[in-house]
Amino acid sequence: MNDTRPLWAVLVSLAAVGPILLSDKRPNLREAWSFIAAALKFGFVVSLLPAVLAGGTPECKLLDLAPGIALHLRADPAGMVFALLASTLWIVTTLYSIGYMRGGKSPHQTAYFASFAVCVSSAIGIAFAANPLTFLLFFELLTVATYPLVVHNRSEEAVRGGRKYLAYTFIAAQCLLVAVVWSTFLVPGATFQAGGFLAASGATPAQLRILLLLFMIGIGVKAAIMPLHGWLPAAMVAPTPVSALLHAVAVVKAGAFGCVRVLVFIFGPSLLREIGMDWLIASVAAATIVGGSLRALGEDNLKRRLAYSTVSQLSYIVLGAALGSPAAIAGAIFHIAAHGFMKITLFFCAGSIYTRTHYTEIAQLAGLGKRMPITMGAFTLAALGLAGTPLLAGFVSKWNLALGAIHSGNEVFVAILVLSAFLNFAYFFPIVYTAFFEGDKGETVRFDETHVAVWLPPALTAVAALALGMFPDFFWSFYTLAWTAAKAATGLG
Amino acid sequence: MSAFYEIANYWGVAILLLVGLHGMLARPNLMRKLMAMNIFQVAVILFYLSFAEKTGASTPVAPHGLLHPLAADFINPLPHALMLTAIVVGVGTTGVGLALLVSIYRRYETLEEPELLEKMRRENA
Amino acid sequence: MLLDAVPFQDTIGLAAQLIRRAMPAMVLIPLGAAMLSPILAARSPRAARFFGGGALLLNFFLSLLVSNLVWWQGPIHYHFGGWAPPIGIEYSVDAVGAMMAPLVAFFALLSFASASRLEKEWTPSHGGAFQALYLLLSAGLMGIVVTGDLFNLYVFLEISSLSTYALVAAGEDRAKVAAFRYLIIGSVAATFWVFGLGYLYALTGTLNMADMAERLPAVIGSRAAVAGLAFIVAGLAIKMALFPLHGWQPDAYTYAPPGAMPFISAIMAKVSAYALFRVLYDVFLKAGPAGEALELLGWVAALSILAGSVLALGQRDIRRMLAYSSVAQIGYVLLGFSIGNAFAVTGALLHMVNHAVMKSCCFAALGAFRAKTGRADVDGVAGLAKEMPWTAAAFTIAALGIIGIPPLCGFFSKYYLIRGAVQASAWPFVAVFGVSSVLGTVYFFRIIESLYLRSADQGAKREIAPLSVIAPALLLAGLVLALGVFSQDVVGNFVPIIVGAGGPS
Repeated sequence: MNDTRPLWAVLVSLAAVGPILLSDKRPNLREAWSFIAAALKFGFVVSLLPAVLAGGTPECKLLDLAPGIALHLRADPAGMVFALLASTLWIVTTLYSIGYMRGGKSPHQTAYFASFAVCVSSAIGIAFAANPLTFLLFFELLTVATYPLVVHNRSEEAVRGGRKYLAYTFIAAQCLLVAVVWSTFLVPGATFQAGGFLAASGATPAQLRILLLLFMIGIGVKAAIMPLHGWLPAAMVAPTPVSALLHAVAVVKAGAFGCVRVLVFIFGPSLLREIGMDWLIASVAAATIVGGSLRALGEDNLKRRLAYSTVSQLSYIVLGAALGSPAAIAGAIFHIAAHGFMKITLFFCAGSIYTRTHYTEIAQLAGLGKRMPITMGAFTLAALGLAGTPLLAGFVSKWNLALGAIHSGNEVFVAILVLSAFLNFAYFFPIVYTAFFEGDKGETVRFDETHVAVWLPPALTAVAALALGMFPDFFWSFYTLAWTAAKAATGLG
Repeated sequence: MSAFYEIANYWGVAILLLVGLHGMLARPNLMRKLMAMNIFQVAVILFYLSFAEKTGASTPVAPHGLLHPLAADFINPLPHALMLTAIVVGVGTTGVGLALLVSIYRRYETLEEPELLEKMRRENA
Repeated sequence: MLLDAVPFQDTIGLAAQLIRRAMPAMVLIPLGAAMLSPILAARSPRAARFFGGGALLLNFFLSLLVSNLVWWQGPIHYHFGGWAPPIGIEYSVDAVGAMMAPLVAFFALLSFASASRLEKEWTPSHGGAFQALYLLLSAGLMGIVVTGDLFNLYVFLEISSLSTYALVAAGEDRAKVAAFRYLIIGSVAATFWVFGLGYLYALTGTLNMADMAERLPAVIGSRAAVAGLAFIVAGLAIKMALFPLHGWQPDAYTYAPPGAMPFISAIMAKVSAYALFRVLYDVFLKAGPAGEALELLGWVAALSILAGSVLALGQRDIRRMLAYSSVAQIGYVLLGFSIGNAFAVTGALLHMVNHAVMKSCCFAALGAFRAKTGRADVDGVAGLAKEMPWTAAAFTIAALGIIGIPPLCGFFSKYYLIRGAVQASAWPFVAVFGVSSVLGTVYFFRIIESLYLRSADQGAKREIAPLSVIAPALLLAGLVLALGVFSQDVVGNFVPIIVGAGGPS
């Protein structure tokens, strides 16, 4: 059974790169290509959803990459969550990018849209990769495609940020390569398997521990697990849509998704417990959750605060995958989607503020809530969601994570989740407060939003975050998909 | 003492090799380096010719009328033939080397390496 | 009607016979063309270019025919003068040779057109002499690949070396000094080879590779055999430019005429590595265990990889940097040979092909940059991506390939090498591959940064690079991608034969 839709979903944006590059002189045509590719990609991914919900795994094997290892794409529930997220957000981000880039008269837009398309292709490839080598291929493609985005504005600072990004990711890439090669050596021709495929490898626990560490270093750099997060704040020099892409759609999210793949689909919860690494990974994740939040508290630059918030939030996913009980895994996978919608809203808002006012510091935002009510409203909604307020998407994932922590007998992590929620409020609330309740009272304030292409996307994603909070299966069936994957991984399905 | 004479050729080979190597590494003059390289190559020729030798054997030309020539009675001709080729190759190498030296001398007017390096450095600056 | 009369099998057999008999032509065609080229060039440079190009094209087709025959019916042999080895000299092409021969012919053909075009001040007779040397070089390299006789190999080694000395000397002024140094050290290398061969000949009484492999087991324990192998390996290590015997290569690569570089950088070291492969695997490993020698070689290779990468970091001149990068990359090949299991050897052989394509692409693109700006240092290429987007993209693809980004071809050779090292539990070597890739990222991204992120130096001279220079770079960049995506076709076609044919297991 060779269903080529996963392949098309990957290729369609890759195919758009050529036309985008060739339409350098005609921006409208160039953006039209982006939209067409985004719409087609979304169509392909959504068309896979019924089959996956019905319990199928549409897959296609293409040419061989190595003896016995094909370029193998497969749409499983966990992968679908990430693919749906990425393809949905690509459409929104394309709309936003057009508004932002043209509004700011940003140079090098063609390179931007082309790299963006490659990034999204890689993200879908990572989502649908069925074996470690295919995963690695798209993961490294993503690394390279992100570099032009990080150095987008060609400033000295951007180049430095780019170097830091390269240093982190390429060292990690070597670890990941060795880990992938090693895993294919231990279990030749293995594909990702809910519950892990390494259990039958016959490797000693010590070897497996080293292998796991190599994997986690290789992927953890992208997932910005502390202490491997150093590149992420440095990459904040990039334009805001890029940051949105980095954090919510592709790069960091791909890292978090990769951690789920490694912990749940290569090792599996039971093997992880057997070699005694579940607790270690969970602890590192917990430390990152708290540490990231603390660093966020200390940042006065809006984007940098959001960056550390990402560091903290993505470790929820790692934590859930490491805990390994059904609810924890489901919460982790759901959080991939939930965090995506909320964090992209926040970045969109930061960008929208920047295009209108060129403000980057939190203190400058005073009174902005009245000038830009839609933007700041969306921001507030998303911030509340990330902190875990009920009725918003973040609550669903955290509720499940907390349940999962209790089920797996690690109640201490519930305390971490609660602590993190407080910290989240602590670093988001001042922003909201400053925007709405500070500022010069006497000044006449009027409605002052930017272009519709800039304020509409965050409004849409904020509404989506709200919808996901009240109806977790809203449109994309994220919740069902997450639970299907979690049950299969823990042997409940 | 006789043992020494038996392998005297090989001592010669070793000495020539070392002389050549020393000349190539330590001599500052490029022409001397080229000559040292020739000495180095000659060492190998001597080496081949030495092991082609057999005690009591003669030149590998079968006298007229000898019906059953024994290999043991003649020295091995193949190394000689090989070394003929090696000599030709060596001449070719020396020729190219000399041509290079001529053009280096025309350009820099010296073949002393320190002086040459100094001139090249000065040109670069 | 005529064809119907001959049974199909016979037609094939006849073709096979014809191809087998045409084997000497693989060397003779470029050799003959080398003789005629200067005479022709004196009358019409254009005709000489077409003539030389035609000869190389013919040679490429012939080598493809020979490889296909080898893939189809196994190793083929040609005995000169009808004298069967070990008495006569033979040409023999096995599966690995079938991979190398088209490779040599392809790269000779590829940059021939652009080679003499890049030098504007050359007279027609300069061009003719240059072409003659170029053709002579390809004849020598092809000879090394096809010959089955160790002394014959020495002669071809010297033919290729002598023509390379002269080719390098044809570059800028300093090239003469670089060429002379190369001549001295290259002759030492060749002399080492003959010297080592002398030991082996004295022990076994034969010069034919296959015959020597049969006779060696009886004497493998003797110190003379070890000394012979040591001299041969040392000689080839100089030719391959392994650290610390690499000293000649950076100067030669830097000052040689840019037109010759895509060919020299792609093939010279590879052919020496191939000669080493034959000595190690066709002669010595068949004769018995050479494990310790191999392990020692592995450490030499690892040192070469690390030292080459580190030295490349410090270079501002891109040609010099690429030369040091080659020191590291040829170490990959040797390390693969040294690890010695099927995956590692596959990786090493694959890397010979892949690195040839990638490094040649770098030099071709660099030649185009240099034709445009007259400079070849990191600052000199600043901002060129705007004016030469295609060439810059080709360079970037090749650089990413050398770093080892999937799905470019460099990734796959690295995959096999690491796979082999993991299988052999050679963890230090696994680490060496990783470190080298990271260092590669550093030195290549400096150039990529300069190409794309910096703005161009306005005062520099700007000329249009000829299409014959840019086209090879683009073609090679396409190959970097194609060889990566379809690496299984490359591996699947020649590796099972290698592994099956008494190679490593």
